[in-house]
Amino acid sequence: MTRHTKPASNFTTSELLAVMASRLMTNGQIVFAGIGVPLLAATLAQRLFAPQLTILFEGGTIGPFIVPGELPPSTNEQRCTRRSNMVLPITDVLLLLQRGYVDIGFMGGAQIDRFGNLNSSFIGDAENPKIRLPGTGGGNDISSLTNMIVAMKHEKRRFVADVDFVTSPGWLKGGRSRANCGLPQGGLWRVVTDLAIMGFDEDTRQMKVLGLHHGVTREQVQENTGFTLEFDDKIETTAPPRDEELAVLRELDPKALYTA
Amino acid sequence: MSIEPLVKSYSALRHETLTRDRGLREKVMTLEDAAKLVHDGNHVAIGGCTVSRTPLAMIWALIRARKRDLVISRSITSTEGDLFFASGVSQHVITSWFTQGIVWGVSKVMRHHTENKLAKFEEWSHMSIGLRYRAGAMGIPFMPSRTMLGSDVGKRVGDEIKVMDCPFTGEKIVLLPALNPDVALIHVQRCDAYGNAQLDGLQFMDIDMAMAANKVILTTERIVSNDQIRRTPDRTRIPFFTVDAVVEAPFGCAPHECYGLYEPFFEHLDHYAKISSQDPVKGPQRYLDEFYYGPKSWPDYLAKLGMEALLDASRRGRSVHND
Repeated sequence: MTRHTKPASNFTTSELLAVMASRLMTNGQIVFAGIGVPLLAATLAQRLFAPQLTILFEGGTIGPFIVPGELPPSTNEQRCTRRSNMVLPITDVLLLLQRGYVDIGFMGGAQIDRFGNLNSSFIGDAENPKIRLPGTGGGNDISSLTNMIVAMKHEKRRFVADVDFVTSPGWLKGGRSRANCGLPQGGLWRVVTDLAIMGFDEDTRQMKVLGLHHGVTREQVQENTGFTLEFDDKIETTAPPRDEELAVLRELDPKALYTA
Repeated sequence: MSIEPLVKSYSALRHETLTRDRGLREKVMTLEDAAKLVHDGNHVAIGGCTVSRTPLAMIWALIRARKRDLVISRSITSTEGDLFFASGVSQHVITSWFTQGIVWGVSKVMRHHTENKLAKFEEWSHMSIGLRYRAGAMGIPFMPSRTMLGSDVGKRVGDEIKVMDCPFTGEKIVLLPALNPDVALIHVQRCDAYGNAQLDGLQFMDIDMAMAANKVILTTERIVSNDQIRRTPDRTRIPFFTVDAVVEAPFGCAPHECYGLYEPFFEHLDHYAKISSQDPVKGPQRYLDEFYYGPKSWPDYLAKLGMEALLDASRRGRSVHND
């Protein structure tokens, strides 16, 4: 494999994540989105090629359109309800996941392991943590009930063999362990990072690299991962963010609140 | 603190409700008098979510009244959770997510209290907390559900959830214990003197919480006539007979938001984030002294937030009606 030199980038890591993640959406999908990169990615897809994509927020909103420059600080402010079809109580919007109406759940993560389990609760031992993180929010519910996309920075300390604490279940211990635990539906589908796009082997449920971003090598991805990665037979190179995509993101977030 | 079972028996729940005065009566009072309805050791559920429709005027009154040992529950906990810990009013918060908000980073005050084992952050999934209130509202002891399985979130709450095989399908299912709070604090845009409450925008878990609780304290942006409520009964979300106190508290969520009226006071929240992360002990203490213990009254507190900040938050809040 030839080692490419990375071209001088005219975009930030968060912008790259949002663009790559947006390309994984399909028109007509119902997407449960978190704040930040997930919301930007879903909105970008909506603007460019998926006008019939519907965003749900765990605060209770069905089908909002975010006003450029007025990105909400969480999924629970009035900014989340602009031009939406409906507002529901929190419990009822989450129950849409359980009932099966949601195609994709989309969030960020602090720590992920080889089976796609996510940790947003504790760094270190839960009874004696080095850092107490904010916790699950709807993460555990979303990842228990639907197919997930996770967008995060590719760093060795974030990509670990086993997470310190399973806040949001991925494929648990691999194989059929997820279904055997009483989670027969959903599971981690794609992990999008600033280096690569990953999926999971259908049998072992181990993380597997499916695509590399332009100028990124296999070695580079492995070096930044705390466990041995598998690589798909047909690794693709993703096309770099287009001006059109970046322009939408910059219109949505002109102060770079989430894209700095 | 009394040792109570996790889930109340049905006869105990019905008895509590039976002994409440459910007549159509006026119950308008001051923040200070409403605070007397909350007793040390009570389980207090907090309406709203993150920085939205947080009943901060009532929380302000509870902190000033130096309540002790409250168990707090809320869907998602923001700055008010920091202040419950820092003021010593509570050492136990039941919630799904606990930090001021994503844009402000992880709360140093929450970290200080939990990592040093000064207080407990009991973590449940968001939907599970909602279903626990809903079971409480329905008068049933538990709710079956399909999350928290396989994860450490489920393992960590231990015996408080049960996993069973569904008697109909044989599938694995979680049983979540009902939550019937002693008191629910809920802020609304308008209600009448009896407590018929209308709330606009996102409802969060407030309706289930009101039905589940043994006592409801409403704070409201304004008290309207019963005639006005009766003109649009379809907009009433909380019936008067679940309500025990009505307090008129304009800007009762400031510096958080109240749908359609004011957005979060971002500069003030930035200021709080700054001083609380610089020093997770002295920072919130200084904040409490200045904004909670210092002011003579709620209007005096609002004056400290500043006219300019109030007007700016209102202008942004009302803009939701521009579309």
